[in-house]
Amino acid sequence: MSFILDRDLYVPAIDAWIDPVAPKPRAIITHGHADHARPGHGAVLATPETIAIMQVRYGADCAGRFEPLRFGEVLSIDGAKVSLHPAGHILGSAQVRIEAEGQRALVTGDYKRLPDRTAEPYEPVACDLLVTEATFGLPVFQHPHPMDEIARLLKSVADQPERCHLVGCYALGKAQRVIALLRDAGWNRPIYLHGAMIELCALYEELGVPLGELLPATGMPKAAMAGQIVIAPPSAIRDRWSRRFPDPVVCQASGWMSIKQRARQALVELPLVISDHCDWGELNKSILESGAGTVWVTHGREDALVYWCRQQGLAAEPLALPGLDDDGGEGGA
Amino acid sequence: MKRFAELLELLALTPSRTRKISSLGQYFAEVPDPDRGVALAVLTGELDIANVKPALLKQTVLAEVEETLFALSYDYVGDLGETIALIWPHHGEGELPRLNVLVELLNTTSKVDLPRVIGGLLSQAAIHERWALIKLATGALRIGVSARLAKTALAEMSGVELQAIEEVWHGLKPPYAELFAWLEGKTGRPEVDHTARFHPLMLSTPIEESDFDKLDPRDFAAEWKWDGIRVQLVLGRDGASLFSRTGDDIAASFPDVVEAAMGWAVLDGELLVGHDFAPGSFNDLQQRLNRKVAAPKQMAELPGFVRVYDMLFDGDEDIRALGWQARRARLEAWFDQNPQTRLDLSEVLGFTAWEDVVRLRRQGAESHGHEGVMLKLRTAPYVPGRPKGFWFKWKRDPNLVDAVLMYAQRGHGKRSSFYSDYTFGVWKGNEIVPIGKAYFGFTDEELKQLDRWIRANSIGSFGPVREVKKELVFEVAFDSAQRSARHKSGVALRFPRINRIRWDKPASEAARLEDMDAFVG
Repeated sequence: MSFILDRDLYVPAIDAWIDPVAPKPRAIITHGHADHARPGHGAVLATPETIAIMQVRYGADCAGRFEPLRFGEVLSIDGAKVSLHPAGHILGSAQVRIEAEGQRALVTGDYKRLPDRTAEPYEPVACDLLVTEATFGLPVFQHPHPMDEIARLLKSVADQPERCHLVGCYALGKAQRVIALLRDAGWNRPIYLHGAMIELCALYEELGVPLGELLPATGMPKAAMAGQIVIAPPSAIRDRWSRRFPDPVVCQASGWMSIKQRARQALVELPLVISDHCDWGELNKSILESGAGTVWVTHGREDALVYWCRQQGLAAEPLALPGLDDDGGEGGA
Repeated sequence: MKRFAELLELLALTPSRTRKISSLGQYFAEVPDPDRGVALAVLTGELDIANVKPALLKQTVLAEVEETLFALSYDYVGDLGETIALIWPHHGEGELPRLNVLVELLNTTSKVDLPRVIGGLLSQAAIHERWALIKLATGALRIGVSARLAKTALAEMSGVELQAIEEVWHGLKPPYAELFAWLEGKTGRPEVDHTARFHPLMLSTPIEESDFDKLDPRDFAAEWKWDGIRVQLVLGRDGASLFSRTGDDIAASFPDVVEAAMGWAVLDGELLVGHDFAPGSFNDLQQRLNRKVAAPKQMAELPGFVRVYDMLFDGDEDIRALGWQARRARLEAWFDQNPQTRLDLSEVLGFTAWEDVVRLRRQGAESHGHEGVMLKLRTAPYVPGRPKGFWFKWKRDPNLVDAVLMYAQRGHGKRSSFYSDYTFGVWKGNEIVPIGKAYFGFTDEELKQLDRWIRANSIGSFGPVREVKKELVFEVAFDSAQRSARHKSGVALRFPRINRIRWDKPASEAARLEDMDAFVG
């Protein structure tokens, strides 16, 4: 069977690549994480929010030209139709739908279905060929509700007012989501940021996601940080940077944190299972809802999801894409 | 159960010993009987739910989860209990029964019904409780809490001495209501039968050559300081127990010793392995430690024995108030009346002047199986703890080797932002091969300097480990060296520590692997 998309996520009908690792004449970018969005393409087609994120991270001229496409708008190129649909992963994250030759293909990028007010809510899209991620593609991943996890963080803060809670978060997406969750849970004090977070938080606010009072974490007297919450990249928390805080509680917000051995290895004292990806049940549900007869499974634990798809009578195969290996990497999961 | 699940998770993840102790103390103070006693039994490894085994749990989960998906998941997570807790497909809103009800249920359910009962509990539980339930049911906690830590928490919460708790511990049974009543000052100390319990040990203090001026050699007896582990052998009328120095019963690992011991007494000695009372290396002994059940092959190859050097009870008579000389006489007489195959008497070394002891210690360093000389005041009673002036240990000088720093890893807790665990090696031809790891022996100031040096001289990283330029020399002190198939160098060091940092010494002048031969026994 021939498909309108090849296994490198190249779309011949419109001569474009989806999330290419190397510079290409035309790229369609699902979202702003560095394992999907790279600088140096001739043209970048993405949501306006993703384009704004790329420009903040890589500079205003990080691509030859930008082709913003709003959610739901349809772009027709040489008889093919391209549209972007919310993926719910981070602000501006999109699933890419291509329709050509009477076939509908959907590339999910990274996606999640749990509520998150810092990202446009996920939208199911019908298709014939589905390319899905599988970051948490094992049935052991059953993400809890994020508000329960935030409640555990706030309880720990209340129980140990003499210590400073450092929450390890990836700078784009996870950090803003954790801040928003804290606000929703009623944490009205300033939240302190590592330098790597400041610019992206400002961008989120500019794009209409209020985050409350944010202050730089550095330059505060040590004692004043007792009882406070600091958001920082995990690497900074386990390094010299953290010595400035009083008896820090190392927290980490990630889907990986459901596995206690992983949390222990990473020296995390308070693991928070807050994921920006689908868990196993959501992946299953999304695949079935799409109505796709063919499923290509990419980055993550493909084996189990491919096996499951075949059990459902779907044609499924793993895709090995370069540069998309996750595991605690860029995605922060 | 929810409270217990929270406690287990906190204990598993918090690196701070102080916080572990305070959390345990808070739990024991706030949770009522008998739940807290059941929790204490779980934490100290005293609770045995006989029928819940890994195979049964696997059977339970495979009734609910497809086999291939389970296998892929188990392979990824790596721990059976945790895989089951995470993969269980049915979700409850929590609140399992109380701890004691739960244990009662698991203990009284027949083997045939257990999968259904456990499945029902797992479906009822919230995710954190599922993990705790499986830990509880299998008894394999692996959360970094020893029985001693749990007892330390009891001591700190109640103000009762740890030693006093250890004295009664082995005479008590879960759920420990009388223990808690005593700790809370509601009743007196529980009465326990001495032959069933552990008696805290008498420990020694280090001595230097210069200390001898003040001491009269006629007042002291000398023995070798054996290189095994300190044990207390309690031979009662109803059976025997073998306790480690912290009061853990290790009889199950050494049935060869326990079953062969004859008589009625409480003895203090060194657990060693070897044929015909010839002690093997500590490495040999380690192969038999920390095993729940002893393998027949290992018992044949590495038979255990106890080299006895003191006696606390002769029959049921407490002789701890007698002087060492008198206790020794009782011990020798007891040996005459109770012929033994796995116990022997520690030799008393003859000497008249301190110079003789100096010579003994020097000569002793050439032979193996011991690590120096013990000196015991002939009139000293047996006093638990570390009383001053009664027992002295005089370890032989440590061996030293100049080794090159190869890798560094960040430490735990307070040291988590410092590279504080060091792997070092010696030259083998033109390459450096690792011979050991050490994480102490330096000051806080030196740690900071090392941390800076490692960051500035890093040439690669693998997860939490950094490889550094092979330029910094450590003078490493160690007690002994053994052949080891596990290390690339073929040599393993016992008790290595950083003696000095040789900022001045070029790596080319570090030791060669051939130099290690002299240390290997």
